[in-house]
Amino acid sequence: MEILTKKLNSQTGTSPRELELYFGPQHLGMVGNFSITLKVEGDRILEAQANPGYLHRGFEKLMEYRTWIQNFPMVCRINVVEPDSMEMIYAMAVEKLAQIEVPERAHFVRSICLELARVGSHLFGLWAYANMLGFDTVAQWAMYHRDLILDLFEELTGGRVYHIYIWPGGVRRDFPSGFKDKIVNTLHSIGGCVPDYDSTFFNNRLFYERAKEIGKLTQQQAKQWGATGQTLRATGMPYDIRKVEPYAAYDKVDWDVPTRDDGDAYSRVWVIRDEMIESVHMIFKLLDAMPEGPVYNRVPNPFKWKIPKGEAYVRCESSRGELGLYLVSDGGDKPYRVHFRTPSYPHGLIVLEKLLKNASIADVGNIMISLYVVAPEIDR
Amino acid sequence: MKEKTTDQKGSILSPFKAVKYLFKKPRTLRYPFERKEPALRYRGFHLNDWEKCTGCGNCADICPNEAIEMVEIPEIEPKPGEKNERPKLDYGRCCFCGLCVDICPAGSLRLSRDYFHIHFDTNTFAFFPKDEKTDKEHFLGPEQYSILKASLAHRKENYEGFTSDLDYSLFEPQRVSMPEVPPEERKLSFIEQVIGYNKEEAKREASRCLECKLCEEACPAHLKISDYIKAVHEDKPDESLKKIFEDNPIPSICGRICMKHCETACSLSIRGESLAIRWLKRFVADSIKDYETTLELQAAEPTGKKVAVIGAGPSGLSIAYFLTLKGHKVVVFDSLPGGGGMIRIGPPLYRLPLEAIDKDVNHIASLGVEFRFNTTVGKDILFEDILKEYDAIHLGIGTTVSRSTKVKNIDKAHLALPFLQENKIGSGTKVGKEIIVIGGGNVAMDVAREALRLQYMQYPNEEVVTKTVSLEDWDELPATKEEIEEAKAEGVQFNPGWGPKEVKVEDGRIKGLSCVKVKSVFDEEGRFSPTFYEEQQTLLDGDTIIEAIGQAPDFSFLPKELFEKLEFTPQRKVKVDENGMTSIPKVFAGGDIVNLNLDAVTAIADAKIAAEGIHKMLCKR
Repeated sequence: MEILTKKLNSQTGTSPRELELYFGPQHLGMVGNFSITLKVEGDRILEAQANPGYLHRGFEKLMEYRTWIQNFPMVCRINVVEPDSMEMIYAMAVEKLAQIEVPERAHFVRSICLELARVGSHLFGLWAYANMLGFDTVAQWAMYHRDLILDLFEELTGGRVYHIYIWPGGVRRDFPSGFKDKIVNTLHSIGGCVPDYDSTFFNNRLFYERAKEIGKLTQQQAKQWGATGQTLRATGMPYDIRKVEPYAAYDKVDWDVPTRDDGDAYSRVWVIRDEMIESVHMIFKLLDAMPEGPVYNRVPNPFKWKIPKGEAYVRCESSRGELGLYLVSDGGDKPYRVHFRTPSYPHGLIVLEKLLKNASIADVGNIMISLYVVAPEIDR
Repeated sequence: MKEKTTDQKGSILSPFKAVKYLFKKPRTLRYPFERKEPALRYRGFHLNDWEKCTGCGNCADICPNEAIEMVEIPEIEPKPGEKNERPKLDYGRCCFCGLCVDICPAGSLRLSRDYFHIHFDTNTFAFFPKDEKTDKEHFLGPEQYSILKASLAHRKENYEGFTSDLDYSLFEPQRVSMPEVPPEERKLSFIEQVIGYNKEEAKREASRCLECKLCEEACPAHLKISDYIKAVHEDKPDESLKKIFEDNPIPSICGRICMKHCETACSLSIRGESLAIRWLKRFVADSIKDYETTLELQAAEPTGKKVAVIGAGPSGLSIAYFLTLKGHKVVVFDSLPGGGGMIRIGPPLYRLPLEAIDKDVNHIASLGVEFRFNTTVGKDILFEDILKEYDAIHLGIGTTVSRSTKVKNIDKAHLALPFLQENKIGSGTKVGKEIIVIGGGNVAMDVAREALRLQYMQYPNEEVVTKTVSLEDWDELPATKEEIEEAKAEGVQFNPGWGPKEVKVEDGRIKGLSCVKVKSVFDEEGRFSPTFYEEQQTLLDGDTIIEAIGQAPDFSFLPKELFEKLEFTPQRKVKVDENGMTSIPKVFAGGDIVNLNLDAVTAIADAKIAAEGIHKMLCKR
């Protein structure tokens, strides 16, 4: 932590103990290219200001210069940790605008793919959170288990991190032979470690002491500040786009929305844990219910593909919360305007600033990571 | 959910259960001694089969990062359907999305499972992908390959990853099927077989075009195909017609009978069906009723020069069109009562109706071209007089004399061209119930299918047979596959691999054709020199025989001293220079007497060259 300014009592009229601190972007407690400017007095934070912009790549503008199909390998880069929901939402928006039907099986493949991505993303989040709290053992396990999910993705899509798989019209390739069994085996082997995770981390007294009552917000506040995903569900509200506005095959199987009531970091991390288990159960159900058939309806020739004039807003539940895409076509071969509503934006810029007020410096990373902020989503 | 919120605070001791992991094997791999194989679909470095790659450049066009550049390779000989360009990858830009793989019409571009390249020189990151077939040096077998040396210059052979799959390709391999009159119905009359696309079908078919322009290089007349196809897709037939007319003034004819060199070269045809370029041209020509008002062509200022065109076939019509636009006065002489030349008599009515020909001819006449039909040069007007009167002469006389097998009693048989002419623009031929057509080319197919129709019309409800006999066997029949299939569907019988020996005649009437089994048609050097198994003979029954074994040009209108001056190539074609001029000054030539393709679009290509040559010559004086 670097002390940049030390303001004197005589100049500002505030306490002589007040300091301005830069937390990140290069800081051990910080995950991602993001920084927070903190005004502290002793160990107490008086004011926090989030500073995004370290990862601004101008995707929304870049997409206006690429054809409909050329945008598809790019959208996934907006969220590095869970690229699939980005691909999904772009595909959904294009399908809505161009009125493309998606085969039934593709809906199931998409849902399975998105749930696998959710588990992978949550494991990655668990790594970040556990690591930040000093639970290195659990962090390593989570990282290893995420790698098993990436192996599945590599087998299905040919890529480990950027899958470039869910595209307008369906998905890019069907399951390779024996892939169903591989998913089941991998998820069973991860699931077999849940008791170990519980005893080492979730039921660990140290975790309870460290996370309970930290970064707490009420349901009222969460709604007011635009929080979605775990942050909202941890305040007791079962709000999930997969239930509210079902897409892909989410309305074809039964599943629950896990919630907690306290709204603190402890509840949020528990929601993440429960959600992973729910996702795994959902994948098993989806695999059983999955029909045979094609997985791709060919889109028009990419060199001549023009989408009728119109606009579409679509949303889906990413692993971080509500993800929205506003896509406008002026009838041309490229989007006229693209705008993403990413869940990390309100979490990282609004909720975080409010929650950091009066928190202690030691809890900055704790609160931020429990809010599950991914910097590239904010900047785009 | 409620009971979950009453949290158990947990134990301080429970984490010690994790101690058991101390006694388990580590999960990490000790690279490079332990290595995880990439998945079978892994998207790694590119592979490109240079033999299959056509240099179409679709990969470069679709790349979102402009990581692919098409670079000319001088060692590769460009040919129809293949450019001498190959993709060059820049791994400073590539994101391994694989769109290039999914758009590759040839399926030559693939991704491998290699992903290692470490080098101090950044230039090595830009390279031409090849595969083990063409690059034995850098693709190594299991003995020589070592993971420690892995790079773009040290790769494993047979290590394919993400490959092209037609079910997931970005292009549509299937063409929009062309509505046709079914064989049972069409063989009963001369109704046009192909119905033609409607607007929706044409737009859908045009949308398949990838705009790689391989077709334009393959087309002898170099029509701007991708431009006019694009205009069809954008629902602008007017613009499409204007594009066509830049290079081809007879779209209604070509849209029906073109030999479509473009479709053979089409990159979609490599693994799927080629774009229906010919039918789309026909769609444009048919959907515009009146060329004059759409095209609004303006001839240049009159130059006062006069050009005589002998023969109103495709080359004559084209040269008349091009020269009239340049301001020259053109007079076309033809012995037939209407325009089209061989096209008027050759292609049967079910393939090319006379109205389609007249539409193109009338438009050219409307530009100011003077047509003198029913005028045979050498008889009604002397060639010497034309030579004196006109500033330039173009010979587009075509091959108008049918060849004969000259076997015994063949004088009782019909010849192909008079037969076709009689049925197309004459009163029709009386045929027998069992017809034998000698020949295996496209003209033989035309003759056979026309004869079949005549039989059905002359002998309704009676059993009739039309059979063909040809020297060539199934796999070497010179007729196009399409023609053979259509003829078969209509019921024409085939006897390939038999050579005619003698026409059997009884009481002055044909009884049949005796044939010998063919050993080989061509000699070792590929020259036509048939050999036979004399002991294997057969007799084909028949009461009518038509010979369709080829045509030759007729130069009898040329005075002897001029004919002697006319030079020929070794293939017996009229020799022309780069301007289309023959060895006789101010006499130009084009079409079937000049080129070996013997088709309309090549005649147009010849006419374009000759038109430039004549224009240059006339302006110089």
